[in-house]
This record gives sequence, structure tokens and C-alpha cells, in this order.
Amino acid sequence: MNRRHWLQGCAAMLAVLALAPLRALAAIWNKPAFEAQQVDEALQGLGAARIGPSRDIVLIAPDMAENGAIVQIEVESRIPGTEAIAILAEKNPTPLIANFLFSAGAEPYVITRIKMAETADVRAIVKAGGKYYSVGKKVEVALGGCG
Amino acid sequence: MADLIKIRAQLKGDVTEVKALMLHPMETGRRKNDFDETIPAHFIQLVTATLNGRTVLEAQWGTGISKNPYLTFRLKGAKVGDKVGLRWQDNKGESNSAEAAVVAA
Repeated sequence: MNRRHWLQGCAAMLAVLALAPLRALAAIWNKPAFEAQQVDEALQGLGAARIGPSRDIVLIAPDMAENGAIVQIEVESRIPGTEAIAILAEKNPTPLIANFLFSAGAEPYVITRIKMAETADVRAIVKAGGKYYSVGKKVEVALGGCG
Repeated sequence: MADLIKIRAQLKGDVTEVKALMLHPMETGRRKNDFDETIPAHFIQLVTATLNGRTVLEAQWGTGISKNPYLTFRLKGAKVGDKVGLRWQDNKGESNSAEAAVVAA
């Protein structure tokens, strides 16, 4: 694909975005949020403001990870109307790791494996009814796995 | 080529648990090779899961997902024989997809 076609493609994509923002947004990678090097910036990129604590988010992560290259994280939201779950590792070079968007039929639940550069809090951010909630858990990392 | 996605969907009670394993290097763009050259970033950015063709889960990933990504998610209302699809797309524009039928646990 040459540059002109690429630019035209981008222009077409922007046009689609303008017309159908709700559906199209999820399909476009959130570059500002994922490339952010600070937690605040990443949250801003996600549009997450005024995040409150919640006891209705279950975050299961190991207390201690031998190898930071593979740390299994499980998140379940019991907050009604959960639309999205984001996972961050606060001291990674780029803290935002994943953002999962759930449609009708999917339970607000995921298990995945993440990389952790060093001992830090892992944070799950839940979006429900346009509001944001969060829970964190410290994971001790013996050998950093970000490279 | 070996399967780039392994996917399994099991119905347990009224919840279908889907487990998927994707073969992908998930390079951060920060690692160096033996010659001190930076290995370019190569990672999955978008993952879409469908139930009988309808989107149920969309994930955006950064470089912090482990190599050969693993994902479990749960669906409600799926029946034995329903088709669960998974598709990924990476930052180089490569993509892959796979499908599995829901089986009873």
C-alpha cells in the first residue's frame, strides 16, 4: 500500500468515525492511551476521569511473580452495566496493557497473561454506566519481563 | 504452518467458557538482539470475539500482553454447537482468525 492510498484510507476511516462514532471507536487502536508512559496519561487516553474505588471488582493476581514475562491476571466485575475492563501495570514503560470491551452476551470477566517490568500495583479499571471504578493489587516481581 | 490460534469453548451450566491461545511474538520494540540492534515492535493490537458471527468482545492490547497471548472469557446464552470466533490483528497489519463450536463440559 503506498502513502497516498494509506492517507486516503485514513481519511475514509475518519469519515466513518465522524458518522458512526460509537461502533467504529472500538475497532481503532487507542494509540495515545497505549503509548502513554505515565498512568495518568494512559487513563486520560482512555477517557477515565473521577475513578472511584469499588469492592465489586475481583482482581486475582499472584502476590509474587518469579518471572515478570508471564503474570496471570484474572478480573471479574460485579458492577451492573459493566462495559469495559482495562488492565494497567503501574510501573511498566507503557502502563496500559489491555482494554476489553464487552457487548451483550459476554460476561465482564477475563483472564490473561501480562508482562511486568518490576514490582508494582496491577490495576483494573472498570467502566460501567459511563462511570469508572478501580481496584489494585501489588505484585512482587523477582525478574522483570518487559525487555 | 502451525495453527496460530487454539480456541476451545465449553458450556458449563449456563455459562460458556472460551479459552484461546495465540501464537505471536508480542515484541515490545524495546528489546535488543545480540548485535545491539533494536527488535522492532510486533504485537497484537486488536482482538475480536464473536458468537455466531455477532461481536461479543473487543479487546485492544498494548505491548504488555505476554508472548503467545492467552485469553479466557465467558459468554452467556450460548448453546452447544454455536460458533465462537476469534480474530486478531497486529501492528504490522497481519491478522488471523479461528472458530470453535461450543461443546458440553
